[in-house]
Amino acid sequence: MPEAATAALIEKKPESMARMALPDMKGMDHSKMGQGTPAESAGSMKGMNHGGASAEKASSGDMGAMDHGDMQMQGGSAPADARDPHAYSGGYTLEDGPYALPGPRQLRLADEHNFASVMFNTLEHGLSKGDGTTAYDAQAWFGRDYNRFVLKAEGEVANGKIEDSRTEALWSRSIATHWDAQAGARIDHGTGPDRGWLAFGVQGLAPYWFEVDAAAYVGNGGRTALRLGAEYELLLTQRLILQPSAEVNIYGKDDLARGIGRGFSNAAAGLRLRYEISRQFAPYVGVERTALFGKTADIARSEGASTGGTRWVAGVRFWF
Amino acid sequence: MKLQAKNPYLLSSPKRRKFVQGLASGGVLLGMGSLPAMGWSQEAKKSAGGAPVLDGTEFNLEIAESAVNFTGNPRMATTINGSIPAPTLRWREGDTVTIRVTNRLRETTSIHWHGIILPYQMDGVPGISFPGIPAGETFTYRFKVEQSGTYWYHSHSAMQELTGMYGAIIVEPANGNAIRADRDHVVLLSDWTDEDPMRVFAKLKVQGDYYNRLQPTAVDFFRDASQNGVSAAVSRRKMWNNMRMNPTDLADLSADTLTFLMNGATPAGNWTGLFRKGERVRLRFINGAGNSFYDVRIPGLKLTVVQADGVNVEPVTVDEFRFGPGETYDVLVEPTDDAHTIFAQSMDRSGYARGTLATRVGLDAPVPQPDKPQWLTMADMMGSMGGNMGGMAGMAGMAGMSDGAQMKMGGGAQDMQGMAGMNHGAMAMDHSKHAMPGGGSLAAPSTQARHARTEYGASTDMRVGMARTNLDDPGIGLRDNGRRVLTLSDLHTIGGPLDPRGAEREVELHLTGNMERYTWSFDGLEFGQSTPVKFNYGERVRVILHNDTMMTHPMHMHGMWSELETPDGKFQARRHTIPVQPAQRVSFLVTADAMGRWAWHCHLMFHMEAGMFREVLVA
Repeated sequence: MPEAATAALIEKKPESMARMALPDMKGMDHSKMGQGTPAESAGSMKGMNHGGASAEKASSGDMGAMDHGDMQMQGGSAPADARDPHAYSGGYTLEDGPYALPGPRQLRLADEHNFASVMFNTLEHGLSKGDGTTAYDAQAWFGRDYNRFVLKAEGEVANGKIEDSRTEALWSRSIATHWDAQAGARIDHGTGPDRGWLAFGVQGLAPYWFEVDAAAYVGNGGRTALRLGAEYELLLTQRLILQPSAEVNIYGKDDLARGIGRGFSNAAAGLRLRYEISRQFAPYVGVERTALFGKTADIARSEGASTGGTRWVAGVRFWF
Repeated sequence: MKLQAKNPYLLSSPKRRKFVQGLASGGVLLGMGSLPAMGWSQEAKKSAGGAPVLDGTEFNLEIAESAVNFTGNPRMATTINGSIPAPTLRWREGDTVTIRVTNRLRETTSIHWHGIILPYQMDGVPGISFPGIPAGETFTYRFKVEQSGTYWYHSHSAMQELTGMYGAIIVEPANGNAIRADRDHVVLLSDWTDEDPMRVFAKLKVQGDYYNRLQPTAVDFFRDASQNGVSAAVSRRKMWNNMRMNPTDLADLSADTLTFLMNGATPAGNWTGLFRKGERVRLRFINGAGNSFYDVRIPGLKLTVVQADGVNVEPVTVDEFRFGPGETYDVLVEPTDDAHTIFAQSMDRSGYARGTLATRVGLDAPVPQPDKPQWLTMADMMGSMGGNMGGMAGMAGMAGMSDGAQMKMGGGAQDMQGMAGMNHGAMAMDHSKHAMPGGGSLAAPSTQARHARTEYGASTDMRVGMARTNLDDPGIGLRDNGRRVLTLSDLHTIGGPLDPRGAEREVELHLTGNMERYTWSFDGLEFGQSTPVKFNYGERVRVILHNDTMMTHPMHMHGMWSELETPDGKFQARRHTIPVQPAQRVSFLVTADAMGRWAWHCHLMFHMEAGMFREVLVA
């Protein structure tokens, strides 16, 4: 996206339904993905995390002129001589010391309350004739500001049954101003046998308001996978919002039973135009282009299936 | 009209989006709410509009749910004696007042006497002063009134303040009023939402800019680019986008959910204060809003500010003033026409509260349109590195960044050179040479930012290295507007400080937040992770508040006065609530003469609730 266009927008939200590509993932050595030992995956995970971190750093680095080590306005790490926020407490706490009310602390503000949200980033139906599939992409969370349980679900339903789905249950913990690290489990359901994975990822907001979601997965039988997604929100007006998105999947090992070949397997790019009747309810129309690559595409061709295409969709984005 | 209230999916009416005029008859539904029998010792008389007035030394207040309708949607409010605002309480300096507060709600409640100096057990903050007033019970407040002026009272429990629990307090001076006026009106500004405030809060947790309808858009960009060139338009946005900050984040809430009230009346309801031609009228402005800063003016009239936060100041004549929740200003006006509009636009310009000063009920005067909202500037982000935007200093040097100003710079890179220039200033600072508090002269407040180590994590989205310290900036949206706008530097408390001593030590706290996560804190620590700020009994301590956010926070310390000082350490004004502007560093002195534990928080209710709250321990 040209700088001008990028600059034109300030996206609106961190609801982080993002599915996205970390720009700095280039640094990853895909050749290693093949061996996919847990340790190595964790290694690549670190790479990703650095991705996240370097996105942070780059952001402040780009602040260029303003940035002088500890003059940095965002992120970074505390200098050794940073002020102790408890230095003024005299050793007392909210519960203990003179004049404290008896018993456990009664005053608990929202930082100690749990909140929850469910968001269907997409819930859409194919518009072309004979396209009877419905696709969904949702994320829910429960918890507090910096620690929460996250549920991610993405999939397609056709003829009343789930064709393909990915569901993740994750613990999400903040690691930087705009980034959370996530770990948990993923279940794939649909074509072929179900697959289970351990998931490790980062999700957050990169500079210039790109919502990024990157995760590495380790399954049984030495399977590894990598999923990268990115999303953007371009406000045309206060209510008319154009949402480009992209997602790629990479696998460390063939999984013929599920039609997956090793390597760069598939990608999807979407463009959805929504109208926010309210912040929480926005119908949209869009187009999504999907493609299979490499060995995965070969498998599809050998089975006489398509290796990609364009889908026009209409749907609704909503949350509560 | 149909508004989005319970059902978030309903289309809000265009009228609503512009601002809510509300119902002309909006307010408590008489006969449906619980109108408690007035206590025997209380003489209730109706003032000219607004709230009933209760006089004396014994008061009975009953807190209950009342049916209200401000917008066309019936709702339940929490009320004190069945009215919004609550009764105006008139006390006399030197009297001991006894106030019995009975809770008819199903939840705990409380009343805090904002700005009143009293024993901590009477301060009314549940969990700090006392356990709160449980459902069905009565708590008796009793304290000696040792001050005079305009104050107010409100609930300090949950979101009850926003749902109707606020009222004025007028304390008559013991030895006659130094401020002479023929007429006296309380003008209590507040805000109302039809939504459950906790729902509003939960929405902000999901999307911090949920109620912001001023987002920069592609349309804005192309308009900007066609007027000022593409590179200028790009560079104007570059830093904001890079930092993932929003230059239009002027208020968390807007007319999208709020109805702005004056003495409990909607703009359509038009609260009217009466006067006779030739009279001098005293207006006691109180900002009792949950979350709204107001910019107040009376077109065609000069406002002579004579009191701030209940304390007399040397009279200063202005056209307009801004104040945040918790602050009060008393002004004198001498109306010349039969009707004058009292116009209080919200800081984000999404709407206004409005009333009329008139010689008889039914008159009104033209109502201005809200000003055009402005983007925050570099000064609001970077403090003194962003160029001095003080009232007199104008926009010099930052033309490229200011709204509507002509770009004199080339491409983005060159544009940033202006910043680089500023940075050399920053470079000159040596961070290894922190002047440690107590380690040097305390004659003037330190200017060196000392960020807490807890400001480098997820709770904080911005740190200002070189905050601005000038007190003469009217603030975003009021700079160079052609009107004389009150600033903190205009306030000079009559009689000087309460305590002639200088500061014995310096306490520095930073105001912090993360707009994306909608978290708010001191030093990057929300209340639940914080420890008390201990003042040694009797000491004179300097408190520095350094604002590492891009919002203005009205900071209210309970129990003790905050004696604001100039950047060079001279006494400025005695306040109970001090608004700290974005990227600003203010300092004030406190005499720690009030034993006990006290609340200290941002008076924007949603910031307080999010954790921008500390406890002060004086022992």
